[in-house]
Amino acid sequence: MATKSLKARQVELAENDTQLDILNGGIFADGELPYFKDKIAEIGQFPLRPKKLEILQINVGYMCNQVCEHCHVDAGPDRKEIMTRETMEQCLEVIRNTGAHTLDLTGGAPEMNPNFRWFVEEAAKAGIRDFIVRSNLTIMRANKKYYDLPQFFKKHRVHVVSSMPHYTRGKTDKQRGDGVFDKSIKALQELNAVGYGLPDSELKLDLVYNPSGAYLPGDQAALERDFKKALIEDFGIHFHNLFAITNLPIARFLDYLIASENYEDYMYALVDAYNPAAVANVMCTNTISVSWDGWLYDCDFNQMLGLKVASKVKHIADYNEDLLNNRNIIISQHCYGCTAGAGSSCQGTVA
Amino acid sequence: MANSYYDPADLRKFGKITEWSEEIGNKFFDYYGKVFEEGALSAREKSLIALAVAHVVKCPYCIDAYTKDGLQRGITKEEMMEAVHAGAAIESGATLVHGVQMMNKYNKLSM
Repeated sequence: MATKSLKARQVELAENDTQLDILNGGIFADGELPYFKDKIAEIGQFPLRPKKLEILQINVGYMCNQVCEHCHVDAGPDRKEIMTRETMEQCLEVIRNTGAHTLDLTGGAPEMNPNFRWFVEEAAKAGIRDFIVRSNLTIMRANKKYYDLPQFFKKHRVHVVSSMPHYTRGKTDKQRGDGVFDKSIKALQELNAVGYGLPDSELKLDLVYNPSGAYLPGDQAALERDFKKALIEDFGIHFHNLFAITNLPIARFLDYLIASENYEDYMYALVDAYNPAAVANVMCTNTISVSWDGWLYDCDFNQMLGLKVASKVKHIADYNEDLLNNRNIIISQHCYGCTAGAGSSCQGTVA
Repeated sequence: MANSYYDPADLRKFGKITEWSEEIGNKFFDYYGKVFEEGALSAREKSLIALAVAHVVKCPYCIDAYTKDGLQRGITKEEMMEAVHAGAAIESGATLVHGVQMMNKYNKLSM
């Protein structure tokens, strides 16, 4: 289990160019596998274009209390990139005027941003329909100052989306670190205790599942059934939906794939599972991703690869929805991760 | 031509068998796909049966495929190993039950 980010370890893969060289070279450059661009051109989807903007996803910082092996953000306690209140104010201005109906806060552990609560309070006032916070759960047990997060989320009607790689301790701790499973269970019980995730409750609690290794997620509905059964029987825990998310071959997951000699097989698996029906609904067609320092990206993955939107408007300070809706979406071979099988997005399957 | 009988990369070429006999190849894959759909048994249960049989028929391709399939379905390693033991128990039982034949023959031939 890693305890530091790739960046802190000064690993070559922490560099965006190195990752893009890998994704654009090797089995793709020598023609063994087709480029993503060519696959979507077959169905008339190249260049990939946005539809109506529905989701504004804001990454409030890469700092996290965990160092998960698969993390595409390369997040961890040593990451110092944190959104300032000034950038948050620029985001709030956009939230008040956007046509998007969903605000999605992510990180790192978004709760670790010192201005997180202020930002949630202000953003909640903007009256957006669905207000998501992506929580790793353990943060709620990491320090006393976070113990009241369930009540805080309830007060602002936040939709909590939490990571939970498996319903067994062994698999969870292997991916996310020792003790993560027990802390996550405790946090879920506390969310249930204030009403989150209960059947018919309006306090939405969804779980995110992503595979703990070099394989794709299975059927989302079947996994949801298994998770619900196990979590209710073993711990009395309720939740609403399970989102099965495919690991994209970037950052720490790419590092793992290469180190474990699974990279080529994984890329084959993604390309074999390519589903043209998923292309029309990939996340980047209805989402704008904002980084901690206010730059705009087609998705959180492009953000981590440093691929800013191909638009005159590149920063939240100059935000213009019409101009952004006119852009072409930047793609590379990691995009196969979002079109494999039933498709994958931060909201789970798309096809 | 590979200089060994089994190459892991051949597994992903399995579908190519239809190229030399399209109709029955396709019929096989249709049948195969149908067998593993949700039915009276869940797809998860069938995956574990397939893993056990993969070991009994000692097919390295099938072992790779159904270990991965099990992981995708969230099947635990303990469940997988128990399935392998179920296959192994039947296989060893099948050998041992012939011991009765040996005993019968022994008794028949002995005074």
